[in-house]
Amino acid sequence: MDLDRYLERDSRIHAADARLKFLITIGFILSLSLLPIGSFLAIAIAWVVLMAATVVARIGPSRVVRASFVALPFVAAAIPLIFTKSGDPLGDINLGLFTLTASGEGLIQFATIVFKSWVSVQAAVLLTFSTRFPDLVEALRALRVPAIIVAVISFMYRYLAVLTDEATRMMRARAARSASPDGSGGGSLLWRARVVGSMVGSLFIRAYERSERVYAAMQSRGFDGTMRTLRRRQFGGAQWLALGLAAVTLGVFEVTGHLWLPRA
Amino acid sequence: MASTRVTGTANHHDPAKVATSLAERGSISVHHLHYKYPDGFEALKGIELAVGPGEKVALIGPNGAGKSTLMLHLNGINEPSHGEVWISGLKVERKVLKRIRSEVGLVFQDPDDQLFSPTVFDDVAFGPLHMGVAEHEIHHRVEKALAAVGMSGFEQRMPHHLSIGQRKRVALATVLSMDPSVLVLDEPSAGLDPRGRRELIELLRGMEQTMLVSTHDMRLVAEVFPRTVIVDGGAVVADGPSEGILADEDLLVKHGMERP
Repeated sequence: MDLDRYLERDSRIHAADARLKFLITIGFILSLSLLPIGSFLAIAIAWVVLMAATVVARIGPSRVVRASFVALPFVAAAIPLIFTKSGDPLGDINLGLFTLTASGEGLIQFATIVFKSWVSVQAAVLLTFSTRFPDLVEALRALRVPAIIVAVISFMYRYLAVLTDEATRMMRARAARSASPDGSGGGSLLWRARVVGSMVGSLFIRAYERSERVYAAMQSRGFDGTMRTLRRRQFGGAQWLALGLAAVTLGVFEVTGHLWLPRA
Repeated sequence: MASTRVTGTANHHDPAKVATSLAERGSISVHHLHYKYPDGFEALKGIELAVGPGEKVALIGPNGAGKSTLMLHLNGINEPSHGEVWISGLKVERKVLKRIRSEVGLVFQDPDDQLFSPTVFDDVAFGPLHMGVAEHEIHHRVEKALAAVGMSGFEQRMPHHLSIGQRKRVALATVLSMDPSVLVLDEPSAGLDPRGRRELIELLRGMEQTMLVSTHDMRLVAEVFPRTVIVDGGAVVADGPSEGILADEDLLVKHGMERP
């Protein structure tokens, strides 16, 4: 399994400083979340700007939009809003025991949340598609995200691949021993559940033992509990300019969002 | 030992390096070393070993003989229950651990344990960075260490995208960048294909550091190491020229090994 989402392209977005991209992405998501309910025009403008960025990055909108569907299930959490918000009733759903009434206000609120989060996820997708993971980790570090959190993210990324390999080997070993003569695929559900349970357990123990060896390897090279990092280059004029432009664009979203609202 | 205070280090401009006697830099000496694991298992029962500067010694013995446990004592990861360990004329104890760890480059068997950073550069820079080496010097050292193992140009690669042979070589580079005088390697040829093994042999032969290398690979022993030490049951059971030991079939079989 490959965990990398990075798509190698020769583009200005790929070449840009990871810190810059991270800051702009966070700013973008933050400004989206600050938009008032029903500001669909502003969300649409933000989306168009984002799609333009995917074109500049030579990745293209369809790829980013497709990848963003992973976040769709989380939208379900906002569905109750349609029925709990008071306002113009749009219709009833009879569930036997009780009746749900959908309201217009609730629907607008729901739609706002769905579109905001969907566009936000697309922004994050573009960031991971156009930035190598180590650069992203480095950016977090440079932007003073607490060292322990950065270290956890960095180790997680490094060892997910190793753990996945181990798990794949164990699955293969199980598959090799669970064939049955009539081809029905071996073992009862209970048996298979038991095997998976013990696999998870032994994977945990292996990971735990590995962490001890990794820690010894770190100690062997002078680690004393403090993560140190090399100094990085300062932002230059071009980076500040890009950051300024991004801030102005985000400001435009906000103004649009507050001026053009549907009649409440 | 008075010599710990003698000045004249191999590396004058490096504050992380200690002033050890030139004559002793790179020596290993282990006296009456005992080690009991917290669960009561006695892994080492009085190890005696002396290795001179620049010597290349193979450490062989069956699994569970105590080789890895011994190696973890050489840079103070494990603390002896009894006995002592001296490196480059310095006794291994808590207050000098940083110095000891910059003298001893310990490479673990599984490169996935040794390489824990997102990129090759970060990993090779980890040692010097945490030793307090100056930044401009770190870049220089990383370059030099990667060149020494033939991995120049791989700085920005991620460890899980490298082959096992490449990972093993980068693992070696991660300690070479600390400029150690002693290299302690755990099974460096395990998992390598014949070509990777051949390259490793050339690499080890060309290095001037003192080497203590644990291995099951008898042909590696024959090709690289003039001296062999057999450890079994937590004690040194044989110590002498590799030629003699590798020819002694009875001795090898008795301790769970075979002739090359």
